[in-house]
Amino acid sequence: MSRFNDSNVTLAKEIIGRFPRPKSAVIPLLHLAQEQDGYVTRDAMSHIAELVNVTTAEVYGTATFYEMFKFEPIGKYCVNVCTNIACQLVGGWELLEHAEEKLGIKAGSTTEDGLFTIEDVECIAACTEAPAIQVNYRYRYKVTAENLDQLIDDLRAGRLADEIPPHGTLARVRQRTTDTWANTGIEAQAKVDAR
Amino acid sequence: MSDVNDTEVQETPVVVKTTLSITVDGRAHEAEPGQLLIDACEDAGSYVPRFCYHPRMEPVGMCRQCLVEVEGPRGPMMVVSCMTPVAEGQVARTETPSVKRAQEGVLELLLANHPLDCPVCDKGGECPLQDQAFSHGPGESRFVEEKRHYEKPIPISDLVFLDRERCILCDRCTRFADEVAGDPLISFTQRGNNTQVNTFPDEPFASYFSGNTVQICPVGALTAKPYRFKARPWDLEQRESTCTTCSVGCRTVIQSSRDELLRYQGSDSDAVNWGWLCDKGRFNFENVNSEDRLEQPLMRDGSNLVPSTWSQASAAVAEALKTGTTAILGGARGTNEDAFAWARLADALGIQMRDPQLSDGLPTEVFGLPSASIEEAANATTIIVIAPDLKEELPVLYLRLRDAAEKRRSRILEFTAVSTGLTKYSWKSVPTEPGLQASTVRNTLGEATVREQLGKGNVVVVVGRASLAESADHTVAALSAVLAEVPGAKVLPVVRRGNVRGAVAAGLGSNTNATEILTAAAAGKLDTLVLLGADPIADFPDTDLARRAISAVRNVISLDTFLTESTARASVVLPASAYGEKEGTTTNLEGRVTSVAQKVTARGTSRADWMVAVDIARRLNVDLGFDSVESIQRAMIATTVFAPMADGGANTREGVLIDQPAMSLPTVSATAGTHSSYDLRLVVSRRMYDQGASTAHSPSLVGLAQRNVLRVNSADLARIGVASGTSVRATSSKASVSVTVEADDSVGRGVAHLTFNAPGINAGDLIDVNASVNDIKVETL
Repeated sequence: MSRFNDSNVTLAKEIIGRFPRPKSAVIPLLHLAQEQDGYVTRDAMSHIAELVNVTTAEVYGTATFYEMFKFEPIGKYCVNVCTNIACQLVGGWELLEHAEEKLGIKAGSTTEDGLFTIEDVECIAACTEAPAIQVNYRYRYKVTAENLDQLIDDLRAGRLADEIPPHGTLARVRQRTTDTWANTGIEAQAKVDAR
Repeated sequence: MSDVNDTEVQETPVVVKTTLSITVDGRAHEAEPGQLLIDACEDAGSYVPRFCYHPRMEPVGMCRQCLVEVEGPRGPMMVVSCMTPVAEGQVARTETPSVKRAQEGVLELLLANHPLDCPVCDKGGECPLQDQAFSHGPGESRFVEEKRHYEKPIPISDLVFLDRERCILCDRCTRFADEVAGDPLISFTQRGNNTQVNTFPDEPFASYFSGNTVQICPVGALTAKPYRFKARPWDLEQRESTCTTCSVGCRTVIQSSRDELLRYQGSDSDAVNWGWLCDKGRFNFENVNSEDRLEQPLMRDGSNLVPSTWSQASAAVAEALKTGTTAILGGARGTNEDAFAWARLADALGIQMRDPQLSDGLPTEVFGLPSASIEEAANATTIIVIAPDLKEELPVLYLRLRDAAEKRRSRILEFTAVSTGLTKYSWKSVPTEPGLQASTVRNTLGEATVREQLGKGNVVVVVGRASLAESADHTVAALSAVLAEVPGAKVLPVVRRGNVRGAVAAGLGSNTNATEILTAAAAGKLDTLVLLGADPIADFPDTDLARRAISAVRNVISLDTFLTESTARASVVLPASAYGEKEGTTTNLEGRVTSVAQKVTARGTSRADWMVAVDIARRLNVDLGFDSVESIQRAMIATTVFAPMADGGANTREGVLIDQPAMSLPTVSATAGTHSSYDLRLVVSRRMYDQGASTAHSPSLVGLAQRNVLRVNSADLARIGVASGTSVRATSSKASVSVTVEADDSVGRGVAHLTFNAPGINAGDLIDVNASVNDIKVETL
């Protein structure tokens, strides 16, 4: 897919301006790329390399270090089921299996309609509320099979659209450094919301 | 107390201690301040095992193999010796039971995922991991699980293969690419157990220095295409030599097996290459092994060249040299001994016209200016560069100057018409246009900030011919302008061919340059032209003049390793021995004489150039006074210029510097008017890989030469109304060619750039060597 669109180029330049060295903006720009396309495309990485004047290999090396950057298209909702020890003891595995059956896919894959991706994750630091899951990194605690079914149905029906934005969205309200850029940011946000 | 003390006043000298006293394994040792403990231990006689540490790169403490015990306030403490600077009173132990345990532990972990494919691994036998597993390893592993698996070697460039299973993630290759070469095209990717070195998908590790990563890889993860599965290290024989691909003169180790050259490795010379080589110098030994090498003398029979014998061919050459007007071109690709023998033969026969360069260099007077060494250049406060793109032509000199700028020892002030590899490391890169260099230099050196910078310390001028499409006068004028402004500046002359400086010192230069020789030849004023490894049709800037000259000369005598377009028209072609096939010495651009070693038997009946000179002299009853490399060297030492070789210094790794007699630059009238706004001023320069014999006959390199395109600034292209990527007609005073044009903003405004001797259109067709500058008109087809 794609490089940054025009409004995101403007935003990217603003982000770069926040740092003493352009190179420091690589990770925020990777987030921006993931927000634009739902995942980090190769073209976006090339574009970031151009914008901050490093090589593509340097961007790639940085990007692939982080689990939360995705390099293949991913579902609109990324469901992370924790199977680390605390969750595992109170039914984490069973919850994962239930999610797999409910959505008809294995962990690590995406439903055909492109709505859901299931991931089997290690500890997400919610052991006191086990078993825990995340949908686009928004927590759900002490989840039962019934909760999970309800959650998936709600997401499908769009009933949680206010609470859980599409995968890649960092924040609904973006921090601004100057008013000059505010409008471009709103435009960018509008495009993300429209997706 | 006594009178004696009153009369003999003892002056106690104030001792300033410049070393740090440390103890290594119970032995007292004086270490250099700032030195790393790992080096200090080695100096003190205790070798500490290591994988990631490399003395020419910043330490990273990646592999943890160099753990040693250092006495601390709370007892002995384990430290990473490659990251620990020495300190006064430090007590280090490298062989205690706990150090051994640590070393064994690290090795066991490194080997956990390392495949035990040593029997089929190219590195086996010279592998630091293998060697240290034996010397410092636990002997057996407790790891019984499945090892990590990756696709066996993946090509990360046209020359280098990566086997990720073998990689121990020491960060040497990635650090080299970033820190030394400045091409960070490989990086650690993924993380944890999946961490691997890789390129960006589908973007190869296209660095001119990629071969160095293979040499410094401490395991068999990186292998180079030309050497893969060719030999086992214990079957290799080696000798130290000097690379003569360009004039930097990097020290190399040439390795062979069963009388075939198989690999060149960089040898670490403090003064020159710091252990690095460029890929062209490292891999172009393949051309020595080429099937296409000339193996026997050829003589003209009508329109054909037919195989002959040395006695017939030498007799014919002797006959031709006996009478008529003769000129000698070339000799800069041979050894000092080759050049010296031919110069003495030419002296004896009264051959006045000689030039080792093909009007693509500088007048030989530059060698008589106060000369800077590479070391001096790389430590100068200001380095003024008026030269071709060093990354393309003298790659390892580029590494040294880049290092000087990156480590903030020097500031680079560059004058160029087209951005070079050094541009982004320059303190100031001043755009200039062919013909206007001298005035640009004068204006720039007049600026207050520049004056201030030049006043801060010593200045070295790195000077060479940036473009083949302009007269050398412009470079000379620019250099004169610098020397007028900065009289104390030293000069590092950038010459292209390996041994130009040696050939000139030996006497192969004259007052008649190649242009004058070829002009005389084209006018029918030359009876015989001797080409010593020179191919004017491919290498002389003005192809048309070279062609006319070669056609007009009755006898062209060529001594070469391959048939070229020029030799194809010769009356006699003599097969020459190549590098690795002959002994001798060579002189690099700074005047450093180092040894060149024979490692394999000369191909076919080929002979070294000096042997041919000696043979011809004998046939003409001329006594040159020598008949071997040793006796030539004795004769050389008797001359003033080569006298410093007397103590055998040329056989050391650092060699010995010679100095040519002081000369001043010729006065030139370098004026070139501004061109009309319809024209673009032509800049023609070389790139590392071209159609030259050493690339064209090396199978691994031949595909790397890029097709010629006309590069023009996008603003100029817009003005002409041509789209990038389309074909245009480029017309000079000499010729008109159709060529693809490309918008490239690294090319200055008003300038058009072509590569010399690149596949595709021949830039030499457009150049008039007698013109001060060459302008071209670019039109849509």
